[in-house]
Amino acid sequence: MSLQTEPAWDVESVRRDFPMLERQIRGRAIAYLDNAATALKPAPVLQAMAEYYETYSANVARGVHLASQEATSRFEAVREQVARWIGAADPAEVVFTSGTTSALNLVAQSFGGSRLGSGDEIVISEMEHHSNIVPWHLVAERIGATIRRLPITEAGTIDPAQARLVIGPRTRIIAICHVSNVLGTIVPVREIARIAREHGAVTVVDGAQAVPHLDVDVTELGADFYAFSGHKLFGPTGIGVLYGRRDLLEAMPPWQGGGGMIASVEIERSTYAPPPARFEAGTPPIAEAIGLGAAVAYVSQWDRRAARAHEDRLVNLATARLEAIPGVRCHGPRSDRTGLVTFTVDGIHPHDVGTALDAIGVAVRAGHHCAQPLMARLGVTATVRASFAPYNTEADVDALIAGVERARVLFGVR
Amino acid sequence: MSELDDLYQTLILEHNRSPRNFRDLAHPTGRAEGRNPLCGDAFAVSVRVADGAITDIGFSGQGCAISKASASMMTTAVRGKTLAEARELFNRFHGVVTGKPVGDDAERASVRRVLGCLSAFSGVAAFPIRVKCATLAWHALLAALANAQARDQNSEASSGGVAAGPRNHDEGDDAVR
Repeated sequence: MSLQTEPAWDVESVRRDFPMLERQIRGRAIAYLDNAATALKPAPVLQAMAEYYETYSANVARGVHLASQEATSRFEAVREQVARWIGAADPAEVVFTSGTTSALNLVAQSFGGSRLGSGDEIVISEMEHHSNIVPWHLVAERIGATIRRLPITEAGTIDPAQARLVIGPRTRIIAICHVSNVLGTIVPVREIARIAREHGAVTVVDGAQAVPHLDVDVTELGADFYAFSGHKLFGPTGIGVLYGRRDLLEAMPPWQGGGGMIASVEIERSTYAPPPARFEAGTPPIAEAIGLGAAVAYVSQWDRRAARAHEDRLVNLATARLEAIPGVRCHGPRSDRTGLVTFTVDGIHPHDVGTALDAIGVAVRAGHHCAQPLMARLGVTATVRASFAPYNTEADVDALIAGVERARVLFGVR
Repeated sequence: MSELDDLYQTLILEHNRSPRNFRDLAHPTGRAEGRNPLCGDAFAVSVRVADGAITDIGFSGQGCAISKASASMMTTAVRGKTLAEARELFNRFHGVVTGKPVGDDAERASVRRVLGCLSAFSGVAAFPIRVKCATLAWHALLAALANAQARDQNSEASSGGVAAGPRNHDEGDDAVR
């Protein structure tokens, strides 16, 4: 237990920024503990999107009229802002997508599809979300590449020494998450990326659960590709970012074809734009990108260390109070983790726990969390997950505990 | 809290704790599996059908309290019923769990009479996400009955063994990130 003074965190002030927190659920104040599924949105993000639609609603890519030029420059400014925020060397390394899932599909299909050959290996960790598993299956099936499992430790993390055993001369790609959406584990991406590089393999990182909690520097991490979503970062749905190392993107063939990603088009053939435009066919999610920029600006004005300390305190409090209930088991590590706690209750299916919590206004997620291989590894079919944001409070933890205890009474498992 | 009590009525909790007909039939006429990809609920329903009626029924698998209790109560409700009666029962049940408005008191009373203890699932309507749990075994039942009919039509003289029914994906997948 750390004895450092925790930096102050004015949670009430933060809560005032989030209109959805006014919402009542079944007659009670909402306790929103499903942030790993999607985060709530602060007023500045909503205002920025409305401002686009109300005052410079035009298409991007250098139209000849003023509003279009404004839209283009605001859109590209977000690209630069995001590039700086994640430590990318160049804004051209930031590709806008519709989310983490489409970013990972882009890498799998364009990079994987052009660089993998029959017999090449793709290493995937046991605790990946389906979005960093299934795209690799699709390309592996097509090309005849082999999938290799990177096991997690008993403690619920990835051991670089284990990675060394699995990564070999045929490995071309390692797919890992930065933070696990089920266990909250902070994965040692830096070390694993280094091992990958030694073998000439490329690391594809699912950062969806990391950017809401951690400061991410992709250059320092040594990630070759890094994907995340706007909507988990207090931004809108429908926007995500694929960071790709410049030389890798430049060698990749197009993913989707259409306007915006071409250099020239004849009826019989076309030539393609350089990255990032090459991978942004069609009208992009402009308002959503504006919203993402506003979300990045919003979290940047926080003391993020203080925000994280606040979240950690709640996660640790929730874990301790859950584990004090007979028959409740929390999964995953107790340190080097962030943002969430996953648990099971003996004798009560997670779905039923989730409904008992919903009945008192507590939003959690129950199920396999799009991580069926991890569920199998844990020996369960489903779990309950409570995930936190800087606007959550101790009262939310109280409600979580009350709901679980109510479920136990109802199901007679006292 | 009353919404929760309405959902998890005593009868439901009881059937969850002690499910009836909780075994696979040895020589079913029809069998099918139902799986909810959202949460991993998975049940297999096996039936014996003779002269157009369900003479025996069993189920196996695992899932949440709503899905298991529904499967259990379903097996007691449809035993002895004709295929048409079983289907009608499902339609009524589906209406109740989805909160379909029922005309007047007389019609309401009629539905309760037909459904019997299955009316205990009326609380599901307040928790729409749980509808798939409540109807999972029923969809498997309908598939099992369809298999029984097809088998009946295909061959009189089929030797033992039964093909497992098709996987029944209930009202679409909606896995979310």
